[in-house]
Amino acid sequence: MAPAQYYAPSTAEDAVRALAAAGARALAGGTDLIVQMKSGRVRPEAVVDLKHVPGLVGIWRDGEAFVIGAATPGAELGEHAGLTAAWPGVTEAACLIGSTQIQGRASMGGNLCNASPAADSVPALMAARASCVIFGPEGRREAPVETIPAGPGRTSLAPGEFVLEIRLPPRPPRSSDAYLRSIPRTEMDIAIVGAGANLTLDATGVITGARVALGAVAPTVVLVDTEVLVGAKLDEAALQRLDAAARAVCRPIGDKRGTVEYRTKIAGVLARRAASIAYERALKSA
Amino acid sequence: MSKTHVSAIVNGDPAEFLTEPGRTLLDALRDDLGLTGAKEGCGSGDCGACSVILDGRLVCACLVLATEAEGKRVETIEGMAEGGVLHPLQQKFLEHAALQCGFCTPGLLVAAKALLAANPDPSESEARYWLAGNLCRCTGYDKVIRAVMDAAAEMRQAKVTA
Repeated sequence: MAPAQYYAPSTAEDAVRALAAAGARALAGGTDLIVQMKSGRVRPEAVVDLKHVPGLVGIWRDGEAFVIGAATPGAELGEHAGLTAAWPGVTEAACLIGSTQIQGRASMGGNLCNASPAADSVPALMAARASCVIFGPEGRREAPVETIPAGPGRTSLAPGEFVLEIRLPPRPPRSSDAYLRSIPRTEMDIAIVGAGANLTLDATGVITGARVALGAVAPTVVLVDTEVLVGAKLDEAALQRLDAAARAVCRPIGDKRGTVEYRTKIAGVLARRAASIAYERALKSA
Repeated sequence: MSKTHVSAIVNGDPAEFLTEPGRTLLDALRDDLGLTGAKEGCGSGDCGACSVILDGRLVCACLVLATEAEGKRVETIEGMAEGGVLHPLQQKFLEHAALQCGFCTPGLLVAAKALLAANPDPSESEARYWLAGNLCRCTGYDKVIRAVMDAAAEMRQAKVTA
């Protein structure tokens, strides 16, 4: 728990320099990093607090797109009426992470880069087709969120790179999303399965675009083949096709919190339920 | 190991301390500033005994680095009573006997204060979810919730009559 240095850079360039050093770790809300430092699981030489870098904290619009600073606490997402109206699934995922206290600190960028297979916001962000803007020694680049986690606790970020912001794409009419998770208790636990669903409908209620992502059922969050939904209304047959498609992508671990069979079955159930909620919301948003 | 000088506003007053990079705000509050109201229960953000309000946000002080407090406002349990007058939440915790050993009480009070600042008229369910990150291992939660709901009602009434 004793890094030699603490940096709080005020520019993205200084942050890159500090992060490029061996043993440096990025600090956003600290709800994973500080716990890991205390347990000795990570022993960083330097901690680089990114929250003073411009654009890292806050929520704003860029044309039709919403932009979320990577270190913005989850509670701020839940309090943002415009974001919650456009992306209720993303904000409900953020507001499920830990307690009120944790939500006061825990961020989307941190949840993504901690690279837990059970991260609650990642299935919602992947279903939303979110991208992230990454800043590094080579400058700025944009990549889909699903390219960041490489496996449990590992990311694809190069040394010196950090996530600057999360971008949610423009919302077509009759679109909405939802996130559900299963945990062994009612609050403050880690997902056994998480499911994010994002649907776009035509004027008659036929699905024209669909993305469903599942957490905690594979080493990284996985996308479900949602071609089975496109061109149909979300009727019982479509829900059954989604259930089967969700189960088909599961490669979960089995542990005391949930067996392989249980996690796989629940993945189908939650995919159906999350899609049903997103469908109802999309109909109402018309 | 270099020490960092930190200036913050703690319970409305300027406070300064020197700290090493890995120390938490909880350690600085307790060991450097002598504010031992916030407790270390789990040290991992699960129990809420170290709850403080940092720039208006409820957080676990055990999961904030002391250096992060630079330039920030920190509100702890020590700042809750005004002069000798208890905050309505403190008074209601006493009246409802909403504590036993008292270890979780400062955290619960600070968390409940943050709740009522954000939502002066919470439903019981909203109060229970808001306080889900504050664990009590002796009294249980019913008396705590009764005290919070009663204090909320009294504070709303005081606002109407003020």
